[in-house]
Amino acid sequence: MNVEQVQNTHPELVSAETPVLQVQNLEVTYYTDAGRAKALDDLSFSLKAGEKLGIVGESGSGKSTLALAMMQMIKSPGRIEGGQVYVDGTELMALNAEDMRRSRLQKIAYIPQGAMNSLNPVMRIGAQMVDAVISHVENESKAETKERCMLALESVDLARGTFKMFPHELSGGMKQRVCIAIGILLQPQVIIADEPTSALDVVTQRQVMETIDRVRKKINAAVILIGHDMGLMAQFVDKVAVMYAGRLVEVSTVRQMFTDPQQPYSKALINCLPNLDNKGVFQGIPGLAPSLLRLPGGCAFHPRCELARDICKTSRPEPQSDKSGRSVICHLFDKEAQNEPSS
Amino acid sequence: MATLLLIARRFGFLFVVIWAASTITFFIPRLSSVNPVRERFAELARLGGYNPDDLERIVASFSKQFGLDRPLWDQYVDYLGSVLRLDFGYSLNRYPVTVTELIMQSLPWTIGLLLVSTLIAFLIGNLLGAIAAWPRAPGWARSFSTPFVLFMGVPPVLMGVLLLFFVGFRLKLLPLGGAYSIGLVPEWSWPFAMDLLRHQVLPALALILGSIGSWVLTMRGMGITIQGEDYVNFAEHKGLRGWRIFKDYYLRNALLPQVTGFALALGTVVTSAIIVEGLFALPGVGTVLINAIRANDFPVIYGIVLFITIAIATIMTLMEFLYPLLDPRIKNQ
Amino acid sequence: MTITATSDQMQSPSRIRRVFRYLRRNKSLGFGLIILLALVLFTLVGLMVIDPKDAYPLSAPTRRAPSWAYPFGTDFFGRDLLAVMVVGMWQTAFIGVVAGGVGTFIGVVLGFTSAYFGGWIDSVIRVVCQILTPIPVLLIQVVVAGSLDKRDVTIFTMALIVVMLAWMAPTLVIRSQVLTMKERSFVSVAKLSGVSDMGIIFKEILPNLMPFVAAAFVGQIFLAVFASFYLAVLGLGPLREPLLGNIIWLAQAQGAFFNGWWWWPVAPSVGMILILGSLALINMGLDELSNPRIRKSE
Repeated sequence: MNVEQVQNTHPELVSAETPVLQVQNLEVTYYTDAGRAKALDDLSFSLKAGEKLGIVGESGSGKSTLALAMMQMIKSPGRIEGGQVYVDGTELMALNAEDMRRSRLQKIAYIPQGAMNSLNPVMRIGAQMVDAVISHVENESKAETKERCMLALESVDLARGTFKMFPHELSGGMKQRVCIAIGILLQPQVIIADEPTSALDVVTQRQVMETIDRVRKKINAAVILIGHDMGLMAQFVDKVAVMYAGRLVEVSTVRQMFTDPQQPYSKALINCLPNLDNKGVFQGIPGLAPSLLRLPGGCAFHPRCELARDICKTSRPEPQSDKSGRSVICHLFDKEAQNEPSS
Repeated sequence: MATLLLIARRFGFLFVVIWAASTITFFIPRLSSVNPVRERFAELARLGGYNPDDLERIVASFSKQFGLDRPLWDQYVDYLGSVLRLDFGYSLNRYPVTVTELIMQSLPWTIGLLLVSTLIAFLIGNLLGAIAAWPRAPGWARSFSTPFVLFMGVPPVLMGVLLLFFVGFRLKLLPLGGAYSIGLVPEWSWPFAMDLLRHQVLPALALILGSIGSWVLTMRGMGITIQGEDYVNFAEHKGLRGWRIFKDYYLRNALLPQVTGFALALGTVVTSAIIVEGLFALPGVGTVLINAIRANDFPVIYGIVLFITIAIATIMTLMEFLYPLLDPRIKNQ
Repeated sequence: MTITATSDQMQSPSRIRRVFRYLRRNKSLGFGLIILLALVLFTLVGLMVIDPKDAYPLSAPTRRAPSWAYPFGTDFFGRDLLAVMVVGMWQTAFIGVVAGGVGTFIGVVLGFTSAYFGGWIDSVIRVVCQILTPIPVLLIQVVVAGSLDKRDVTIFTMALIVVMLAWMAPTLVIRSQVLTMKERSFVSVAKLSGVSDMGIIFKEILPNLMPFVAAAFVGQIFLAVFASFYLAVLGLGPLREPLLGNIIWLAQAQGAFFNGWWWWPVAPSVGMILILGSLALINMGLDELSNPRIRKSE
C-alpha cells in the first residue's frame, strides 16, 4: 500500500509520522559503449518531515545519481528504469514534464555540488532568484517577489545588497549560501544537498551546514545530505545511509552507525575514521570500488569482504529491517539479534 | 590607470600588426625578380609597337619618380610613414588617381556587403548552432543547421556562380550583376533603393550561405561546453521553463565568446567578399583589386591588401573594448 | 532498443568493432571518410586509366556534351573533362596535402617548443602568432603570388604560397593542448621518474595529442584547397594546369552556363564541393572525437 492510497482511503492516518518522502524500488541504468551500468539498484527509503538523512559512499557508488533521479534529471545515456518517488503524497515519476518542472524547487529542491559554478556568471544574483520564483508562482507582484528573495537571503545570513551583485563578487561560502537561499525560496518539503561543502574550507563548511540546518527547522523540510565526510555527517544528520554499488547497504541512526555498524562495508567505513586511540594507524578498505559495468555476482561487496561466505558469492542479499527501523543488506545480518544498539 | 594602460597596450598591439603587415607587403615584392613598373609598361608596350630603349627609359624615369631607385632602407622608412597616413601612392593604371582615392570610392560598397552579410550569418548561424546543441530542442529544429554545415564545403564564389545561374539566369528572379540597373541614375528615391537592394541579394546570399556553417559549428561546440556548466544544470533544478534556460543561461553565455569571433570572421569573409564582388561586377574594393591584378597595377594591389589588413585589425581592437561591456566579469577587474 | 541487446551480449567488443560502432554514431566522421575514400579511389583508378595529356587543351573535340566517349564532356579548349577531373583532383589533393602537411608540421613543432619549454621562446612564438593572426592570409598570398613571375607559378610553388601563413592556427592549438597536458599527472610522474624531455614529448604527450594534430592537419588541407581555389579565381595560380579551381573559373569566364555548356563547370564544381565537404565533415567528426564533451554516447 502506498502513501497515496493511504491518504485517499484513510485521511486520518496522515500524520506527522507519515513519511514526507518515500522512494521505492528506484532503478537507474547508464547505457555506455562498454556495456550497461546499473547506477541505482532497486533502491528504497523514506524520510519524515524535518528529518535529516546523510548518504555516504565512495565516489561512483551512485550518490549523485540518486539525487538526480529524484529530481528526474537523469541525462542520456542514463535512464530511470523503474520505481516511485512520493513527495508529500505526489508520485513524481508519474508526473508529466511540465508538472515535474513545477515540482522542482516547489516540492523538492536541490542544492548543487559545485556551488562555485552553480550561478550564472553574467547574471545578477537577484535576477537568478527572481526567475526561479516567477517560474512557479504566477500571481505575485514584482515587489512581493523581490521581498521574498530578500527574506531568503537574510535567512542565510546574507546582506540585502547581495541581490544586486554578480557571482564573481561573492566568496565561495557566500555563493553556496545563495544556492541555499534559492533552494528555500518556495519552501519545499524535501531538500537535497549534494556535497554542499566540498569546495569550502573547514570554518565555512560548518557555517554552511548550520545554515542548512537552520532553514530546515524554519520550513520543516526533510533534508538529504550527500557527502563523504563522515565527521560532518555525524554532527548534522539523524540517520545515515551507506551506499555501495547502487544500493543502500545500511540505513540506521547516527548513533547505531557510529557505535554498532552492521554491514561489513559500513563497519569498514567507520573503522577508517581516525580517532585519538589509533592515531597514526591509517586504515583503508582493501580492494577497489567495483566497476558498475562488471559487478560481481551475489553480494557486490563480497570480493572485498573479510567475512564473505559461499552464499555471498552466489545469492544476492535483500534488505532486511529490524525493530528499530534500521535496514541492512547483508546475508550475515540477523535482524532478531539486534534489538537495541549496544552502547 | 590600469584601464589606460590596457588601452595603450591594445593600441600598441594594433600598431605592431600594422607594422608587420606593412613590412610583409613592402619586402615580398622587392624580394622577387619582377619589377612592377617594367612589367606594367612591357604589357602596355606589347599592345602597340615599341622601342626597347624607350621602354627602359620610361621604366627608369618612373622608378625615379616613385623613388624605386633609392636605397631600400630609405624606401622602407618612407613607406611606413605613408602607410600611417593611409597614403599608398598612385595607381599605375589610372595615374594620377591615388590608390587611396580608388579605395575610398569603392569602400562603401564593400563595407555594406561585408557587414550586412556577416551580421546576418552571425545571427542565423549562432541561433541554429545553439539549437543544434540543445538537447531538448525538437529533432527537426536540431537538424535544421545541417545543410548550412554542408554548405561550408561550397566556397562562396562557387555558391555565387550557382546562384547566378539558377536564380538569376534560369528563374530570372534577381539581376545578374552590377550595382544597379543600367539606365538608372543614383538618387535618394524608393525605386532606386529597391533596385539597389535587389542587386545586392545574390552576392550577400552567396556570402551568408557560405559562412553560416562555421558559426553553427563554433556555437555548437560552445553550446555543448556551456551545457555542461553547473549553472545550466542548477537552472533546471530550479524548475525554470526550458525557454528561459535556453535564453538566459545558455544562449547568452555561449554567445559572449562568439562576439570576439565576429571581428575575426570579418577578416575571413572579406576575402570571399572581394571575389564575390568581382563575380557580380559590384563596384567594390574587390572589383578594383581584381582589375588591378589583371592589369599588373601593383601599387593598387598592395594598397588594398594593406588597407584591408589595417581595417580588420582596427575593428578587432575596437571589439576588444566592446567585450567588457557585455561580460560583467571583465568589467570589474 | 537494439543497442541494449547487443551490449548485453558482448561485454567487451573487439577494437575494430568499437571503431565501426563509433563511426556509425559519429556520422560526420563516417560520411566524410566514405566520400574522401571514394574520391581517392576515383583519382587512383583514373590515373591508371586515362592519359594525363587529355587534361590539357586540344586533346579532344571541343564543347561536347557528356557521352560514352566523354563521360563528363569536353570543354571549349578541347580538354576531356574526365581526364581534367582526374588530374585536377590529383593536383588539388597534392596542393592540399603538401600545404596542409607542412603547415601542420610547423605548427606541431612550434606549438610543442612554445608550450613545453616556455620562457622567452614561448613569448616570441606566441606574440608572432598573435600579430599575424589578424592579417587576412589570402591577401598576403595574393601579394606573394602577384609578385612572382607568372611563368614561375607551378603546383608546388602554389602549395608553398598557401602554406606560408597557414601555420599559426595549428601552432596555437597544439600549444594550448600541450600546456594542459603538461599539467596532467602522467607527465609530472614521468618527469619525476627521470624521463628525458624528448622521452616525455614522444612517449607521453604526442600520443595523447594525435586527435588534435589530425584535426589540425585536416583543417589545414581544407584551408589550402580553399586558398588555392581563390588564387586560381583571381588568376594567380598556375593557369595552364587543370586545377579544379582553374577549370571552374575558365568556364565561368567563358560564360559556360549562359551558352548552354552546363557540363563544363558542373563536374569540377561537384569535385571541389565533395573535397571540401568531406574535409569539413571529417574535421567536425575529429572535433567530436577529441572533445569528450561533444562526444556523443548514444
